[in-house]
Amino acid sequence: MKNNDAVKKFFIYLILALGGIIMIFPFYWMISGSFKTAAEYNSFPPVWIPGNWLNFDNFTKAFEQAPLMKYFLNSCIVTFSSVTINGFITILAAFGFSRLKFKGKEAVFALLVAFMMVPFEMQVITNYQTVARLNLIDTLPVLVIPFTSSIFYTYILKGFFDTVPDSLYYSARIDGASNWKYLWRVMVPIARPSLVTIMLLNAIASWNSFMWVQLVINSDRNRTIPLGIFAFVSDAGSDPKLQLAAATIAVLPMIILFLFARKYIVSGVSRGGIKG
Amino acid sequence: MQVKIEHLTKRFGDFTAVEDFNMVFDDGKLVALLGPSGCGKSTILNMLSGILPSTSGKIYFDETDVTNVPPQDRGVGLVFQNYALYPHMSVLENIAFPLEIKKVPKEERNKKAEEMARLVHVDQYLHRKPKELSGGQQQRVAIARALIKQPRLLLLDEPLSNLDARLRLEMREEIRRIQLETGVTTVFVTHDQEEAMSISDKIVLMKNGVLQQEAGPQELYDNPANLFVANFLGNPPINNLNGYIKDGYFVLEDESGKIKINNPNVKEGQQVVMGIRAESVAIKDGDHDFEATVKQRYTMGKEELAFLNIGNQTIRVYLSSDYEFKEGETVFVKLRDKGVFLFDKETGVQI
Repeated sequence: MKNNDAVKKFFIYLILALGGIIMIFPFYWMISGSFKTAAEYNSFPPVWIPGNWLNFDNFTKAFEQAPLMKYFLNSCIVTFSSVTINGFITILAAFGFSRLKFKGKEAVFALLVAFMMVPFEMQVITNYQTVARLNLIDTLPVLVIPFTSSIFYTYILKGFFDTVPDSLYYSARIDGASNWKYLWRVMVPIARPSLVTIMLLNAIASWNSFMWVQLVINSDRNRTIPLGIFAFVSDAGSDPKLQLAAATIAVLPMIILFLFARKYIVSGVSRGGIKG
Repeated sequence: MQVKIEHLTKRFGDFTAVEDFNMVFDDGKLVALLGPSGCGKSTILNMLSGILPSTSGKIYFDETDVTNVPPQDRGVGLVFQNYALYPHMSVLENIAFPLEIKKVPKEERNKKAEEMARLVHVDQYLHRKPKELSGGQQQRVAIARALIKQPRLLLLDEPLSNLDARLRLEMREEIRRIQLETGVTTVFVTHDQEEAMSISDKIVLMKNGVLQQEAGPQELYDNPANLFVANFLGNPPINNLNGYIKDGYFVLEDESGKIKINNPNVKEGQQVVMGIRAESVAIKDGDHDFEATVKQRYTMGKEELAFLNIGNQTIRVYLSSDYEFKEGETVFVKLRDKGVFLFDKETGVQI
């Protein structure tokens, strides 16, 4: 019996390990590639480990050939604004739908959830027309404004808010707390795992956003990093080492962010997402 | 503070949760709202706190009409069944929260919170989170939080039902101690008759949204207004013998026995129920009321619980264990004066 369990465990871990390697390998290839010399990169059979992990030549060259720093900064501004504004609006909306009583609440929420089924690609056309008429094309705000609210994140957060017992709310009300005070002093701290999750998902989506950026941004100086790298591929000729170095710079912030917030993510999605 | 309730009614759609409820809670008393689930006791509590608006009727705190005053302005403290502690705050922060809302400076409110913590004996856990406390300790914190703003009325919703049996005994005495020490008028809701009997000054017994009887615990037990009250109180429950009145006698349904009764209010031929408390029966030769057969007996230490068959009906009684009975034996039963009641069968009202 015990032996059987051990064998079972072995195979489970073996499969998990294989899956893990498949997931991690492209990242490893990208990062290691960005440290390789031309000879190492072009050799066959491939060199798995770069000779010098402190060989920053590729990075220096990449920064010289394109304004990566500017793109990086643009991405940071856009992602930060999008996450904070969206987070704020999501919190208020989720609280409204979860806790406040108003006429047609259920109907409005059902309608919003139904809208979630409309794919982003279909919204692009109307969104584009809107921002074009607002004369916002080719500015940084246009990368933030369409994403200041999200039905999906509101839906997840409302699901979590719904699980907080009513008695906490009534207790706070009797103690004299307003809805506003209750929301920020009680509800939001309790919902932190869910909040971190949606903000992180939002940050990743915003950082990686490509199609919308490509549509509305024309000038070099307003590019975000994904668009920047896309352009870089042609600008910098086709030196894959430099492309890998640029790509490494692009994903680094998200990897770091993910590592910091990792423990919240799973619990946040599973706690908020199941109910509803 | 005195609480006066006049013609209080609460309807949820077609369902009437509380019907024309009138009551006075005297200043500084501990009152139990007792009844089976769905009897409207929690609804009354929520209307007192202001969480739930009433359909009609008035609530007065002393002379002030508070019927339409919002919860935060009523000066009530409320302890929920699940305690409703804020999970992300420490014990100290939880207790101080009502003062934090009132913008009392941090130092002052922490001092006050520590005082309250000492009153309810949780002062050694001030920096723990609620989930690191036992149920009884969480309960104490919840009471401290309800008391810190010095409410005029303390409301407790099923305060003991989430605790295990031993803690329940301890906490109910604690609630009484804290209530006496602070002198705050307190109303608590419970479905447990023993809880209500043991600590309250007055019990208000409800059924289906209608007041059945209000009285002190002993009075309620000794003189139930109706069959429901008699059946609800007491463990083991009171025995009900069905019968009718004939020539000044109570005659058992199957005519296997009868008792002379000295009650001027009975009517000839009236269908009645005789309620007999388990401890109101004695075994006696000679001058007896009924003959009975011992069906089963259980030893409970100092006394013995016996099931007796009287005619085709069964009663459950306490007998002192001096007697040696065998199952199947015939015994002579004498009823005591106390703890024996007659109820009208149709209305349930005590005759």
